[in-house]
Amino acid sequence: MKIKVILIALLSLQLSLAAAETPEEKGLAIAIEADKRDTGWTDQIADMKMILKNKHGDSSTRVMSITTLEVQGDGDKSLLIFDNPRDVKGTAFLSYTHALTPDEQWLYLPALKRVKRIASANKSGPFVGSEYAYEDLSSQEVEKYKYKWLRDEVIDGRDNFVIERYPQYEHSGYTRQIVWMDKEMYQPNKLEFYDRKDAKLKTLLFLDYQQYLDQFWRPGEMQMANHQTGKSTSLAWENYQFKNGLTDRDFDKNTLKRAR
Amino acid sequence: MKNIRSALFIYSLCIWITPIHAGELSGFTGIEFRGFTQSAQLPRQDHSTNFSFVFESEYYTDWDNGDQSFAFTPFLRLDQHDHERTHFDIRELTYLKAADAWELRVGIRKVFWGVTEFQHLIDIINQDDLVENIDTEDKLGQPMINLALIRDWGTIDLFVLPYFRERTFPGRDSRLRTLPYISNDISRYESSAKEKHIDFAVRYSHYFGDWDIGLSHFYGTSRDPSLQLSFDDSGNAFFIPFYSIINQTSVDLQATKGNMLWKLEALHRSGQGETYNALVGGFEYTFVGVFGSAMDLGLLSEYHYDDRGRNNFTIFEDDIAIGARLAMNDISSTEALVGLVWDRTTGGQFFNLEASRRIGESWLLELQSRFFFDQKPVDPASAFSQDDYFELFLTYNF
Repeated sequence: MKIKVILIALLSLQLSLAAAETPEEKGLAIAIEADKRDTGWTDQIADMKMILKNKHGDSSTRVMSITTLEVQGDGDKSLLIFDNPRDVKGTAFLSYTHALTPDEQWLYLPALKRVKRIASANKSGPFVGSEYAYEDLSSQEVEKYKYKWLRDEVIDGRDNFVIERYPQYEHSGYTRQIVWMDKEMYQPNKLEFYDRKDAKLKTLLFLDYQQYLDQFWRPGEMQMANHQTGKSTSLAWENYQFKNGLTDRDFDKNTLKRAR
Repeated sequence: MKNIRSALFIYSLCIWITPIHAGELSGFTGIEFRGFTQSAQLPRQDHSTNFSFVFESEYYTDWDNGDQSFAFTPFLRLDQHDHERTHFDIRELTYLKAADAWELRVGIRKVFWGVTEFQHLIDIINQDDLVENIDTEDKLGQPMINLALIRDWGTIDLFVLPYFRERTFPGRDSRLRTLPYISNDISRYESSAKEKHIDFAVRYSHYFGDWDIGLSHFYGTSRDPSLQLSFDDSGNAFFIPFYSIINQTSVDLQATKGNMLWKLEALHRSGQGETYNALVGGFEYTFVGVFGSAMDLGLLSEYHYDDRGRNNFTIFEDDIAIGARLAMNDISSTEALVGLVWDRTTGGQFFNLEASRRIGESWLLELQSRFFFDQKPVDPASAFSQDDYFELFLTYNF
């Protein structure tokens, strides 16, 4: 009799476990759905204006164009060309990103006409003096993080999943990130970064989303604030173009040398 | 003067058609100041400060979805003391056509080969514009036809170089020159075709995972001349540059292992004196975010070897170089590079500092400083032993 009761109790426990997914499973499922919805744009060209500010209010502007090739099953390839400041005009940066291994990166220096392969194991370094690290700007691959759903939350009138995620790349600059993932767009509205000492480091806000090709949501503006230094960097995106027929050839060292 | 005038004509044409054709003008203009900390070796070189004005501009336009383009870059320097340094050059005047499996470039251009930092050993397509800077990073525009064949297994670059540019040497009144001086007026060639000798080069380049590799062969007029001692009518000694026909085979390799870069350049050259080999190899390690800041600090070291030893005019015959590179990663893109080259045979040392910082959005201030210690007369670098200097270079970039 007693044994029967215990068996029934155990069985019902198992049933309830099967029905409710764990917070980890739910977080992963949301990341997979977000990845699925943002697959198929093939390639993308956009212009980006970056405004850097330090805590004294000094500011500096960088203007660049960024071309990206969607790579299935790996990180994307991207080619970035500087237009401003004028002393670095024509400097170009080619990067093959990977989720869990070092990226491959080449830099083209127009004054010397020199292509340099650069060290890229550390993805936590600042990108061109901004508050963005290389790892903040590379493509979002599911396997970059482990996930845990925390709660649902409404911010600025929009429903979000709030998910904590833990970088899996060994040289990541973060212990964890908290992402507010929009329930309708499956794109982030807000992202918080915690440094290796688990202190809150930066907050990134995504603004002015627009949908392209009836599927892909892209922000018009991204604002990154560093809470530890008081510096900030805002990115304004313009002229998004998708499915331009680009191939691997548009992302090789030969193209890097003539990129404009 | 004739080519200055035609270049001015082309450049004004470019300015004129830019608004119509949607081409693009960019470039810089600047003032360079050099201060020498010691008195010169010769009375005629005796100036301790020097001012210089520089202008360089590029006109660029492309069409056919960027697959065809045209670029034109004139360069002009006006120098206070050295009339040889006052010069004009066409750095680039190129038509480019790119296709899926090939790229064709016709015209005047600059091409860089190599991976190391203290010396660009295997870089050979362009002639040094040596009056600009003793670091040999400034080059004269080289006329060429260059076809790149792009395959899955790598890129083959074929070069036909129909016209040779003689190296520019500082004038007799200039600091930072050899003793005796090298003539810019008289030169000798092994080939009877002289500067019209047609040179050829072929290069294979590719990358395999962490490894970037280049294999090159050059046949033609040596870019660095041998120097022949001569005397003018009044009995003053000077050098006449002699340009041999050479064959040079070279390899350049870089392995990118985490934050460590391993670099090697090696060459085998025949036709210029005895056949010889030379190499430079080393590493660069980058510490990212040093001292808990956003700064990157790189430490680098290279060993230079040339099996001709000191019988030839080579500065890097058995030398060890160490250096540090600091990138502040700040709003002004502040950067600095310090280096020390130590000649193991003569004990001579060469110190180098380069730093730069942006001012506002359009101005760039560069600092350069070079010091020569314990130079023995046997070392060709000893000619500079009294020419320690610092340089400030302020440019407006547009």
